[in-house]
Parts: sequence; C-alpha cells; structure tokens
Amino acid sequence: MPDKIAITLDVNGKSYDVNVEPRRSLADVLREDCGLTGTHLGCEHGVCGACTVLVDGRPVRACLMFGVQAEGKAIRTVEGLADGDVLHPLQKAFWENHGLQCGFCTPGFLMLAVGALEENPAMSEAELRDVLSSNLCRCTGYQNIVKAVRLAADEMRARRA
Amino acid sequence: MTWIGRSLPRLEDPALLKGRGNYVADHAKGALHVTFVRSALAAGDIVGIERPAEGLVFTGADLDGVGPIRPVLHRPDYRAVGQPVLPVERVVFPGQAVAVAVAASAAEAEDLAEQVFIDIDPIEPILDFDAALAADARAVHPEAPENVLVEGRLETPGFAETVASAHAVVELELRSRRQSAMPLEPRGGVASFDEATGRVTLVASVQMPHMLRTGITDCLGIPESDLRVVAPDVGGGFGQKMSLFPEYVVLVWLARRLRGKVAWIEDRRENFLASAHSRDQAFTVRGAFAADGELLALEADLRSNVGAFSCYPVTCGVEPLMAFGELPGPYRFSQYKVRSRGVTTNTCMMAPYRGVARPMLTFTMERLMDKAAAQLGIDAVDIRRRNLITAFPHRSPTGVVYDEGSYLQAMEAAVAHVDIPAFRARQAEARRHGRCLGLGVSVFSERTGYGTPVFAQRMMGIVPGYESVDLVMDPSGNVEVRIGASPHGQGLKTSLAQLVSDEVGVTPDKVRVVSGDTDATPYGWGTFASRSIVISGGATKLAAVAAATKLRKIAAKLMEASEEDIALEDGYARVAGTNKAMPIPELARAAYHQSQRLGMPAGIRESGFYDPAGTFSNACHICEVEVDVETGGVRIVRFVVVEDAGVVINPMIVDGQIAGGVAQGIGNALYEEMIYDDDGNLLTVSLADYLPPTALEVPDLEILHMETISPESVTKAKGVGEGGTIGAPAAVLNAVADALSPFGVEINVMPATPERIRAAIRNAKVPADA
Repeated sequence: MPDKIAITLDVNGKSYDVNVEPRRSLADVLREDCGLTGTHLGCEHGVCGACTVLVDGRPVRACLMFGVQAEGKAIRTVEGLADGDVLHPLQKAFWENHGLQCGFCTPGFLMLAVGALEENPAMSEAELRDVLSSNLCRCTGYQNIVKAVRLAADEMRARRA
Repeated sequence: MTWIGRSLPRLEDPALLKGRGNYVADHAKGALHVTFVRSALAAGDIVGIERPAEGLVFTGADLDGVGPIRPVLHRPDYRAVGQPVLPVERVVFPGQAVAVAVAASAAEAEDLAEQVFIDIDPIEPILDFDAALAADARAVHPEAPENVLVEGRLETPGFAETVASAHAVVELELRSRRQSAMPLEPRGGVASFDEATGRVTLVASVQMPHMLRTGITDCLGIPESDLRVVAPDVGGGFGQKMSLFPEYVVLVWLARRLRGKVAWIEDRRENFLASAHSRDQAFTVRGAFAADGELLALEADLRSNVGAFSCYPVTCGVEPLMAFGELPGPYRFSQYKVRSRGVTTNTCMMAPYRGVARPMLTFTMERLMDKAAAQLGIDAVDIRRRNLITAFPHRSPTGVVYDEGSYLQAMEAAVAHVDIPAFRARQAEARRHGRCLGLGVSVFSERTGYGTPVFAQRMMGIVPGYESVDLVMDPSGNVEVRIGASPHGQGLKTSLAQLVSDEVGVTPDKVRVVSGDTDATPYGWGTFASRSIVISGGATKLAAVAAATKLRKIAAKLMEASEEDIALEDGYARVAGTNKAMPIPELARAAYHQSQRLGMPAGIRESGFYDPAGTFSNACHICEVEVDVETGGVRIVRFVVVEDAGVVINPMIVDGQIAGGVAQGIGNALYEEMIYDDDGNLLTVSLADYLPPTALEVPDLEILHMETISPESVTKAKGVGEGGTIGAPAAVLNAVADALSPFGVEINVMPATPERIRAAIRNAKVPADA
C-alpha cells in the first residue's frame, strides 16, 4: 500500500486534517475521510458529473482530481449550500419545481449550477442548457432542472440587486 | 379541499437536496471492501484459478452448499438454466464474476483482484440471434440445446384465410439494439453480520428488497429470518435493480463467513458489463390490411436475445412473453399468428428495463401503421382512427382485456394541439430550402398496476402482484405507513401521504411512509411495472379508510354524535351541522390512553391489502424533428404528450415521470447502444461510449392530460412510470422516417444513430441532391 500523506483540506469553510494515499481521488477523500457523503460517484471517469464540487469557485469533477491536489484550495460541497434548514435559492427552486427524482445526480447539478451562476448570473437559456449538459440525470428529463436553475438565477440576481 | 390533485413539493426532497441522502455507498464506513474478479472472455472453460499467496480471495469452490440462482417458469417450452453464484466449470458471458477479493479499502481490494489469474480455455462465443439459432450452433447451455430458453406460439383460427383475402400485406423487419437502463447510481451492497443474533443485514441498491431476501436465502439454504434486506435511498433503478444478482449472494455469504461487514460498490464499467442489459430484440411482422386501411391480421416472428441467463424472479420470459401477448397494443384486429422466442447467447443477461418489450412493440405497430398508410395512400392519422380500439372492455387476440381508455380521444387531442396542417406547410417550405423536418405519431397502451391475477398467467414459480400496507396512527396523531413497495425516486411517499391525508384528515407532513426494510415492512414486491400508485396506493387507501372509520367511531363516541356525521379534515373531527369539533391528536391519544371509555380495541392500527387485475393507461406522443442529412444528426424540435393515467394524485410528480420517461425513450431511439465486438468484448463500458441524452438533446415537453376513470383501481389512479419510455421511441423514429421520406429510406433500427441515418441516406433510392 502506498504511503499516506497528511494534508489539510478547507471544505465549506471548515478545516479537515486527513491522512490519505496520494492516489485517492478528491471525491473519495471528501466521502470517506471527511465524512461528506453528499458528493456522489456515478461513473468515476468524469462524464456524469454527480461528483461535481467547487474548487476555488469553479466546478470540478471530484473523481478526476486527487485529494492531495486540493490542499490550500477552497472546496465547496452540497453540504455547505443550505444554512441550517434554510435552503439555498437553487435548492429551493429544485424542490419547488421537481428538479430531482432519485436525487443521486442532484448534488452535482446543484454545485455545477452554483458555480456557473456565481460566475455569470445572466446566462441565456442556450448558455444555461449548454452548461447543464455537462452533467447527466437519468430521471427528470432535465426540463425541471433547467427551469429550477433559471428561476434560481432570477432570484439570485434579484438578491444581488 | 383535497390533497389529491395538488402539486405538493415532495416530502423526500429536503434531505436529498442538502446532501443528506442515504445511499448504499454511504453505509460502507468500517467495512471490508469487495472486488469481483471477472471473466475477460465471453465463453470458455475454467482451467484453473491462481490466487496470490496473501490476501482474502474466494472462488466458487469455497462456496460450499451455495446453490445457483434458479428462476422458475412452469411452461413446457421453458428451459431452466441455473446461474452459479461463482462458476467453477465455465464462463458464459464477459464480465461474469468468477472470484472475489476482500481487503481493507476498495483500492486495496482492486490491487488484490489484479493478482488473481483466471485461466480460461476460450470457446468461440455466440453473440447474436443468427449465430444462436443457426442449425449447427453450439449450445450456450447444455440444458437448452437449441439456444431457445422460452418460446410462445399462437395462431388464431381463420388467420390464413384472412391474410389470403386481404387487400395488401405490409412487411417490416425491425431491430432494437441492446441497451442499458443505466441508473446513475450503479449497484452496490453492504452486508453486516451481527454477532448477537447471527443475522445479516444487507443494505443494497435494489427495487425489490423482500424478493432479494427470498432469493438470497434460497441460494444459501438459510431461513429468511436470518437476513434483513434494506433498500436505502436508491439512485435510480428503471428495472435494472429488480433482479437478484450473484454479487448479493456472495456479499451475504462473505459477511457470514468473515463474521463481519463487507461492502461492494460497483463501478460504471461493471454496471455496463455485468448488471443487466435490455431491449435486444428483432421483430419481423406482416400486417394484412383491407383497402380502407383496416388492419385485419398480424403475423409476427419475435426474437429476444435474453443473454446468458434467465433473470430472477421474473425470468427471461419477461421480454418475449410480453411481446407475444401485448404486440397488438391499442389496435383492434382479431387474427393473429405469433412466434416469440427468448434466445440465449454469451452476452450479459437481459432483464426488465422501463417499458419491457413495449418500446419495441410500439415502435413496430406504429411503424406498421405509417408504412401501411403510405402504401395504401391513406393519411397516417386516419389509418389510426380506423384501427384504434374504442369499445371497452376490449379483448385482444391474446385474451388481454383492456379496461376503459381514451386511445382515440388522446390522439385527436394531440393532433389538434400540434396543428398538423400548419406543420405540413412548414415542412414543405423547409424542404424547398433543403431542410428535412418530420412529424411522428405514436399511440400506445401502458398496462399498469397488475397484480397476482395477471402475473399468474405467466406461470412463474414466484408470482408477484399484491401489496400489503400497515398503517398506524400514533398517540400524537401522526401516521406511519409501512409499505411493501420500494420507491426509488418516484415520489411515492409524497403521493401516498396525499392519499392518506384525504382519508384521515391530517396534513401530509404528518404522514411518514416507511419502505425498503424487510424488518419494518410487510412482505411486498417492490416498485416496478408502473404498479406502485395503483397497488400500494390502493392498499394504502384501504388501510386509511379503515383508520378513518375508527377515528370517526371514536369521535362519535367522545362527542356523542352519529358516526355518519363526523368529517375528518384539516386536523379535526367535526360534527356536521354543529360547531362541535375535536383535534385528531386528541382522538388518537384517547384511542391509546382512554380506551376504556371507547368500548373498542385500543390504538389505531389498520392493514390494507390490494391485488387488482390491473388497468391500462394510454397516451399519444407526437414528435417533430429536424434531420441534418449531411451529418445524420437529429434535433428534436417539439414533443407533445397527451397522457391518460386516470386520476392524477400529484400532477408535478406525474409530469416528472412522463418527462423522465420520454427522455429515456429519446435516448433509446437515437443514441444508446451496447456494442459487443466479434470476440464478445463489450466496447461500450464508459459513459463516453454509451450515450444517454443530456440537457441539450431533450426538449421541454408539452404535456396534456385526459382522465378516464377506471373501476379497476380503488384510487382511480392508473400507473404512469413507463409510458414515456414506451411511446417516445416510436414517435421519434416515425418523425425521422417522415423527415427522410423524400429519400425513400426506411428507419428500421433503434437507435437511429447518425451513422445509421447517413448510411440509409447514402443507400437511398433517391440521391440527396435530387
């Protein structure tokens, strides 16, 4: 077994001291070493996007990045979105618009959309569809995801204004 | 005001949205990890297995006394083939698990598995129908010398005469390539041995927890009480997770053997290789028509490549026998000759996938209608008007009885909504500019909510169908509903809570539905086949009605009123015509704590049992596409669904089922294909090779509803889980065929990939620049 390396990760503003193999993916470190199982693994080869998290504000496939590469960066996962029971506008919009069914892809879509909307809250419908095509959902047929993200974008813009 | 009919946001969602879902991989902490060592070859004799000097590796030879998975079908034409949990003699499909490695982490278990060498003497694999059915074909299994595991045949008296006297015979040869249900969460299980009781708890990503318990304990030869199966949050199933797989038997065996906790979370490659495939079918049909377009007779030769094994419990009969029985669909004709075979090959087992047989048989009947219309010079909608069933109950040539539906009305509503004449004008205009638009219609039935009476006709050794529900109102007035169904994304808990609320008078947030735990729920069949809202919903309603009756009796007693005058609503029992009312929690408390005043048994605890013969939902899909003749790419411009699923409990959830189903149907129609090479290597083992649609390929749907009330469902709801997937491929592919009609090409294979469309155009009778 390869030697483990001690690293400190900053996840959702909290510090995690973990001892991990260099080959361990960020997704596995988050799930198994930090106990943050909201980040899901659907393919482990970077296509489905269920493991999407934000690293320094940008959406990243946590299955394609090593945990040791994430040291010193600000990581955000789905567990950091809500403030207690107060849902993030995106979570609320997904709930109200039935943007999820089995829920397995949902954390990845939420983080993808948070990252994209924080970068550009005024995306066109076509840009939005294009960004959301990064991830796979097998249940919803996407239209409620697109609708939820569009409505959340409106709300996030309104809050900023 | 009722709760039924409201788009109540789902009770399931807050946890899932906050990343607090509870999926099988989230249970793996503290477990040893398991990696299966799989055959790299499609067929061969196992000569030997070399294990590393150190580490925990087990093979079939270690599984002393563990029996095979043996699905039973009591048909004389059925060839029973047992599936060894880990084979010791031979492998019969690529990816078949042969050994298992156990280590402290998944990575270390994979390292260990890499050191296991399985020495296999290869045999040339049999991969498709033609090879399997060739006169001199080798038998995939000695038990089935002709490579046919199940076969149904029927010919109605008068068939030949009817065909001979018909005005025209229209022939079709259609193919559905192999596909995968591809739930986003792959399979997985965590088995823990409990030293105190000697029991094992298996947490697994499955649709049928009780069935899994029966199957596993039968293989291991232990009583069912020694095993608890828990289906936690399940990340999609679509049928793939309703069969028993050898991996789960091994996990429980390992937990007992090691007296510990073991976890197996498969990766995507394993899911593609060795879970279950679907849709691999070839249908040849001949429809005999009268000059006015009336379908008089249908002849069908239906072949399903069921793969290497029969799936447990529903058996490999599920595809071929449903195709056999339900091919006539919503069309009225009396003469039918059919032969349907389940053919075994050295490929992954085929098991149910959303729609089962019906996506292909709908594609078949709807292509047949379009082709006959063209051949007879009749409009494609008119020929359907002439043939759709309109009198109910309708009995099909195979004896299937259809309850009241709105087949014709749904089509007319869809046709009116789309405005076909306007489309034809746009189509003609586009063609003048070299663009190919097309419109496709698909009308179909979705048999839903069928219980034991229908399943019994299939003669399976295990006959599913009924559902039981235990409902308890606790002393605080909250309700717990324990169900045998096992939802995994359908929002059933919310829909059932709405049903209960309307009967019992408490709000849905006070109703907790418990599912997916064999220790906590009555024996049931899980969630599949568009059954849960009908059957589990029916049982829930019956239990809720009984609980409401008891609440009314208690209220009548305590308020000195007549039971008939008590209404339960908004959390209160009210006496009609008075201002007397009591909060329901007070009634509940009295039921438990003041039972001596009531003169009836204490508590509020009722059961419901429901086992219906089933019903039929129906729908019409109309799809508009644009085909790029240069690339063969298809863009879906518009998709209209007119759905009749009876009473809609939660419109948002129902529309979600339709939208998700249509998206899968679009994938099935245009993109998704499992491909083996000639040596039996699966080439599509990643999501870069196997292509489910993304947000760019699926349009926003226009969904309209009709509501036919069926006496066959106590909730008046018909199921809706599969319809989208059943109808969409035919609508999409008819639209593609319509778009390409200037070229005179036929669309006979699904998926109609760009490569196939380009090939069809290249080989067209009319050149592209004509």
